[in-house]
Amino acid sequence: MTNEEETPMQVVVYEGEGAAVLPSSTRYDVLTRLLDRGYAVSRAAGNGQGAVEPRAGETERLLVLGDFPDGAPDLEDSSGEVEIDTLTITDLGGEEVLELVEARREGRPMNQPGAWKPWFPVIDYDRCTNCMQCLSFCLFDVYGVDAEQKIQVQNNDNCKTNCPACSRVCPEVAIMFPKYSGGPINGDKVDPKDLEREKMKVDISSLLGGDIYSSLRNRSEEAKSRFSKERSPDKALTERKKCLIKLQGDGLIPAEVLENLPSPEEIQRRADEAAAKAKAALDAQAH
Amino acid sequence: MPNEPSDNHPRTLYCRCAYAQTVPQGVKDDVLRRLSDSGRNFEAVSDLCEMSARRDPRLKEIAGCGGQVNIVACYPRAVQWLFHAAESPLPEEGVEVLNMRERSAEDIASQLNLESA
Repeated sequence: MTNEEETPMQVVVYEGEGAAVLPSSTRYDVLTRLLDRGYAVSRAAGNGQGAVEPRAGETERLLVLGDFPDGAPDLEDSSGEVEIDTLTITDLGGEEVLELVEARREGRPMNQPGAWKPWFPVIDYDRCTNCMQCLSFCLFDVYGVDAEQKIQVQNNDNCKTNCPACSRVCPEVAIMFPKYSGGPINGDKVDPKDLEREKMKVDISSLLGGDIYSSLRNRSEEAKSRFSKERSPDKALTERKKCLIKLQGDGLIPAEVLENLPSPEEIQRRADEAAAKAKAALDAQAH
Repeated sequence: MPNEPSDNHPRTLYCRCAYAQTVPQGVKDDVLRRLSDSGRNFEAVSDLCEMSARRDPRLKEIAGCGGQVNIVACYPRAVQWLFHAAESPLPEEGVEVLNMRERSAEDIASQLNLESA
């Protein structure tokens, strides 16, 4: 990811003093194209408050777009911390404006919609009881604890895109993935029925052997075994597809996560490591 | 100043949810069009989740601005804890989250008192 990328250059669509009001369709086109490309955009309307003034610490670069009949003004940040640039967009369409803004970015890295999905767990601390089930469950080292032994998301980057499995083992439904399709994982209100359902899922995972990943891995291995014994690629492929469809249908884990699981030995090692971290955190809480 | 209310309206932050199609396209387009046509100052960000992952300093500035803020995004619980995850917790008072995943554009525009300029 992505966490390391720079704060994108901030763009202002300026229609205040010294600038003409843009046609409605142009303004909307410019806004949507810039936003869909990953930029943050402010609209400064013609309300007599003509100053453009970045807030301290908010951005390092500010690009002011406008239709300036008398030429673009020279702007300078009074604190000297923000580089302010202007761009005249008279009679330009959204696509042309986006191209010019991209050129002003001068290759500085930024996240891009479509190239990466911000997928990571978000903890609702109003619900979280610090039980450490998420920490002991996740094999990808996403979770950790702070100095007060409080659970926290420490490694967003390690989270597997579209995998909401940890939210399903949380007994308090305290883990959200805002990009998820359904509630309450997407942040929708938690209904008491959801709470019961989530608890039931934990029970199911226990019945499966207490480790959903191992169970899934075993099922995958069984499918592979059938493939080698039967020596029928078509039949084996059908079986594998059926297995994946079932797992996806259960909503436990996306197929790509299943396919990229490490070896059983590595899974065991990671599970032991996660369990030890969780136990240490719980022991520290008790003292 | 681009980010200040143009009159007595609260500060408005719109999330485009550009990194995933979880907010209905029609709703987010319609809300943005109404904001754009309102003649009002507003701020729009590409994606609050992406900003939270990056701990974008703008989240801290928004959370600490002290005035009334309307955040047009998705579920309030998700937005609240996304800010918290970015070490920029929202204040308990003065912030209203308008959910484009559940409400109509018309409803949101009405709540924001948006009118065409």
